[in-house]
Amino acid sequence: MATPTEKKTRKPPSKARKRSQQTSSKTKRGKTRPGKAAVAASSNGIAVGGHNGPFEDLLDRAPWRENSDDFDPHAEREAWSLMDRMGLRLAWAAGIFLCVVAAAIVLYLLVRGLQFVKISELTSSPLPSLDQSQSGGYLDPILGTLILTVLGIVIALPIGVAIAVWLSEYGRPKPLARAVESAVEIVAGTPSIVLAIFGLIIFQGSFFSFLSFSADGGAVFGRSFFCAGAMMALIALPLVVGSTREALQAIPAHVREASYALGKDRASTIRRVLLPGARAGIGTGASLGMGRIAGDTAIVVLLLGATLELQPVGNAPVFSLLKGTGSTLTSYVYNNSPAGEGNAPEKAYAAAFVLLLIVIFLNFAIAALVRRKEPEWRS
Amino acid sequence: MEKLNTPPPVRRISPDKKSKPAKPSSTTAASKRNGKVSVKTGRSRPKVESIERMRTVDLGIAYGGKSAVNGVSLQIKKGEVLALIGPSGCGKTTYLRSLNLLVEQTPTATRTGKIMLDGEDVDKLELTELRRKVGMVFQQPNPFPMSIFDNIAYGIRERGSRKPTRRVLKPFVEEALDRANLLEEVKDNLSHPALRLSGGQQQRLCIARSLAVEPEVLLLDEPCSALDPRSTAAIEDLVLKLRSEIAIVIVTHNMQQAQRVADRVAFMYLGDLVEEGTVTQVFDKPQQKRTRDYVSGDFG
Repeated sequence: MATPTEKKTRKPPSKARKRSQQTSSKTKRGKTRPGKAAVAASSNGIAVGGHNGPFEDLLDRAPWRENSDDFDPHAEREAWSLMDRMGLRLAWAAGIFLCVVAAAIVLYLLVRGLQFVKISELTSSPLPSLDQSQSGGYLDPILGTLILTVLGIVIALPIGVAIAVWLSEYGRPKPLARAVESAVEIVAGTPSIVLAIFGLIIFQGSFFSFLSFSADGGAVFGRSFFCAGAMMALIALPLVVGSTREALQAIPAHVREASYALGKDRASTIRRVLLPGARAGIGTGASLGMGRIAGDTAIVVLLLGATLELQPVGNAPVFSLLKGTGSTLTSYVYNNSPAGEGNAPEKAYAAAFVLLLIVIFLNFAIAALVRRKEPEWRS
Repeated sequence: MEKLNTPPPVRRISPDKKSKPAKPSSTTAASKRNGKVSVKTGRSRPKVESIERMRTVDLGIAYGGKSAVNGVSLQIKKGEVLALIGPSGCGKTTYLRSLNLLVEQTPTATRTGKIMLDGEDVDKLELTELRRKVGMVFQQPNPFPMSIFDNIAYGIRERGSRKPTRRVLKPFVEEALDRANLLEEVKDNLSHPALRLSGGQQQRLCIARSLAVEPEVLLLDEPCSALDPRSTAAIEDLVLKLRSEIAIVIVTHNMQQAQRVADRVAFMYLGDLVEEGTVTQVFDKPQQKRTRDYVSGDFG
């Protein structure tokens, strides 16, 4: 009764284990073939030695194991070459490896960071001192990160959404659309340090003197929250464009047509139907962009003036702050790390931990906010 | 707000346009299965005076030179439901989409022939005006990603420069929902997102959304193909209820549905209008062989 293919079943599972697999693996593998499995079990009912450790059950359900209960002798896996089977294992291992790395980052920073985070430092400004106990806290960098993130995304969001709408809903003439797409790609691919040095050249021009501090002689400093924010917006822009466009294209054509069929023109369709329909995508783009802005260092170092404290320029309430210089958590970490000038590694760890918390919180908050609103289109 | 209350314009038409002469063809003996497809409708269908609303004269649509609809002439009348039947790809949906010029959304589409709305060429009408008069419901329920209330109000809003408030709009929204037999189910949660409704409710919402702009003609493109039998029955009831108020054209793959809801049936095949007549004519005494084969299930 045992056919050659059935003999290949290397480890026929015992009946008890089969039952547990059947229940546990139901979700992963939909089809079960009770008939064939029964044949395989009865034809060579030798239960090969027990468990190989705590992950035995897990491994049994892993796709490369041929003895799972719905094993089909003609399944394609049987025909897989050694390379393919190794590739599958490697892919599996790579996924696990990434989880380990992510957990390590969070855990390490949690341990090192929590060790050094002091509430007093969260609420006090940094002070110029070589002694770590005298050099104050990092309130200003926290504020700097928040200001810069908000400023950057406030600039990037409308421009990015506008570009995405044009690309997705108009996109004519075609060559222009392709040019815009390439431009977005180029901006996305430019290293932030290159954007930063480019920004420095631009904003030191006298035309942009209103954006930053000017010396008495007329020389423009070219470094301020405005300047850094503008370049940060460029970093976030491709992410906003990408996910907004994706969301717009996920809206089926008949939804647009339903709006046209009510006698609406394109403008109201975009404003009242498509943009609300794409808000989840817009939110995702914004959160990704904010994450990038909060985490960028090069632009801060070059374009924010690298003063530890916020230093407003002029007297106007908000404008002076944005025209002034400051620092962010990233530049603070850089400066205080053993590689930087400050050399206060404890504070660097603490600040890095705070930065990580801000970014993670941001991602989760926006994800939770938009997922609730994500429409489920019937295509 | 009076503007919203204005009833659709009714134009008088000469009575001789009312019905096409029956095609003089050799009346072949009734097909072998004719007995099985006779009209069986459990719903009452009161006789309503039918008034022509739309007509197409020799309408042809081609996509990039490839013809999809050839020279179709049909009348669409208030007071009766016109069903378009035919196998997939025969041009039913294209024909339907041409009636509110939605085909022109496709850049490659070209049109020949005339489409008249109330005796006036639709090319002379403003596109948005035409589409308000000729509403459409799609195969897939497609409410907008907003509340039930806003879905209905969307069509009414922004007609003028002044934006009517919610309080002003409410009676219109409720009326539209009521006409679509949906008000009872949703009246307590008008502010809930429309995409949370069931498929059948969504489709009735889409009908209500079309009704809110007071159309003269309602185009239904296989409105039940994504729905379960109960929701289908609800939609069919609704169609029968509305037929006295507005002209309805329904595209359907389901011949039983055509028999249940339609007064007149047009059979299309490969872009041609093969046969058109009352339900009894088309299903029980089809004149053309193609029609006979199709309604008896020999092909299609």
